[in-house]
Amino acid sequence: MDTENDIIDIVAKQAKADRATLKRDTHLSELDLQSIDIIELIFAIEDKFDISVPYNANDLNSAGISFETIGNLVDAVERLTAEQHAQKAG
Amino acid sequence: MNRVVITGLGIVSPLGKNVAEVTARLRTGHSAIGPITTIPTDGLITTIGAEVRDFDPAAYFADKQLALLDRCAQFSLVASREAIAQSGLSFRDGLGQRTATIIGAGVGGMVTLDESFHRVYAEGAKRIHPLTIPKFMISAAMSHITMEHGITGPSFTVASACASANHAIGVAFHMVRSGSVDVAVTGGTEAVFTFGTIKGWEALRVMAPDTCRPFSRNRSGMVLGEGAAIMVLEDRARAQARGAEILAEIIGFGMSSDAMDIVLPSATGAASAMRACLADARLTVEEVGYINAHGTGTVANDVTETKAIHTVFGDHARKLAVSSTKSMHGHALGASGALELAATVMALRDGFIPPTANFIEADPDCDLDYVPNEAREAQIAVAMSNSFAFGGHNAVLAIRR
Repeated sequence: MDTENDIIDIVAKQAKADRATLKRDTHLSELDLQSIDIIELIFAIEDKFDISVPYNANDLNSAGISFETIGNLVDAVERLTAEQHAQKAG
Repeated sequence: MNRVVITGLGIVSPLGKNVAEVTARLRTGHSAIGPITTIPTDGLITTIGAEVRDFDPAAYFADKQLALLDRCAQFSLVASREAIAQSGLSFRDGLGQRTATIIGAGVGGMVTLDESFHRVYAEGAKRIHPLTIPKFMISAAMSHITMEHGITGPSFTVASACASANHAIGVAFHMVRSGSVDVAVTGGTEAVFTFGTIKGWEALRVMAPDTCRPFSRNRSGMVLGEGAAIMVLEDRARAQARGAEILAEIIGFGMSSDAMDIVLPSATGAASAMRACLADARLTVEEVGYINAHGTGTVANDVTETKAIHTVFGDHARKLAVSSTKSMHGHALGASGALELAATVMALRDGFIPPTANFIEADPDCDLDYVPNEAREAQIAVAMSNSFAFGGHNAVLAIRR
């Protein structure tokens, strides 16, 4: 899936991880990501998909979205893209 | 070494435009956090802040002077007038050379910078106001204080992000204590409510969507504030000789650097600065009754600060009152240390402890007495005020009633 591949690309780049080792169920906490990296990751995702991600560094479950695994990120991005791009079109 | 006392205080804050107003509101636990009104918020995710409302520059400044004054310089000039008037000092009679002016600012003339860049880049202006540079430079607010009051001694601005004002006051304290100067006009100022600035803060993902709840469970981050607090420091012997009213004595100043992360705090660094302050003040931990915390309302700061307080104070930590007045006046960045020391001075003077407002539920990781929601009547003799800044710069002041 495009979204999943794009997100894995972004995560691999930010975490300096081998892309081949990243899967949907990879936990972000297993990767070498500091809190600044998470913020930059979210920024890269917002830029790439032209969406607004309601991530608050003080709350790991911002607006009911979990950021624990790559799969969580993919699901969140797909949902946000559908919601926000539909709004723009409508 | 001289002893150093505060003989004048002036404040322009989201809680009020003079010391009496601010003190009254601190006492009621009034939070000045609300919807942002000084700029349009369309397109911003963060629409709340603690602003200085209904501030009419024309009420304080003639047009010609106003042309030179960024909002942060307006705040600090008004505050300096109140402080210097209270001190009763005049600087034009020779005292000027023996007076230092040391002001803290995190970013300085952001409103001017923002407007000027907008004119150049967005509006395509071919020219901008000739006084743009002297208006936005981070030292401008300090310059205007020296100019208006005729102060001809050492003068400069101190910048260390959220610790700027504590550092400025600390350096001024050192200079009066050592006898380099007899008097110092010091404090901090900040005014950063611009569209672009808030976009920058949002990107850090630490802004609270609802309000600032330091130490509370489910706190969700910080809320920006603005304002200025200026104080007159004086050699105690000199102040007593002339019968000046003494508001408080500054008894110690401690500093440290985390040397760790550009945004995350360190309990080790914070503890180190608090210990340095206690040592400088020759205080035992049991002598401290109240700490005005850095308490930004982020998950990171409040937990780290709590740990640091436990480490330094041991068993006495549980007997301390610890509150964050950022819950009421927001995080005023380079002015925060000054606003918070001012609150602490008035608290000791008037016999109350300002509360931590907006407190809903205790967080198991933050287990101290945070004076939730209601101010407490108490005669505190010795208090400390913490500033722990981005970049890991820690500055702690101690005062005695």
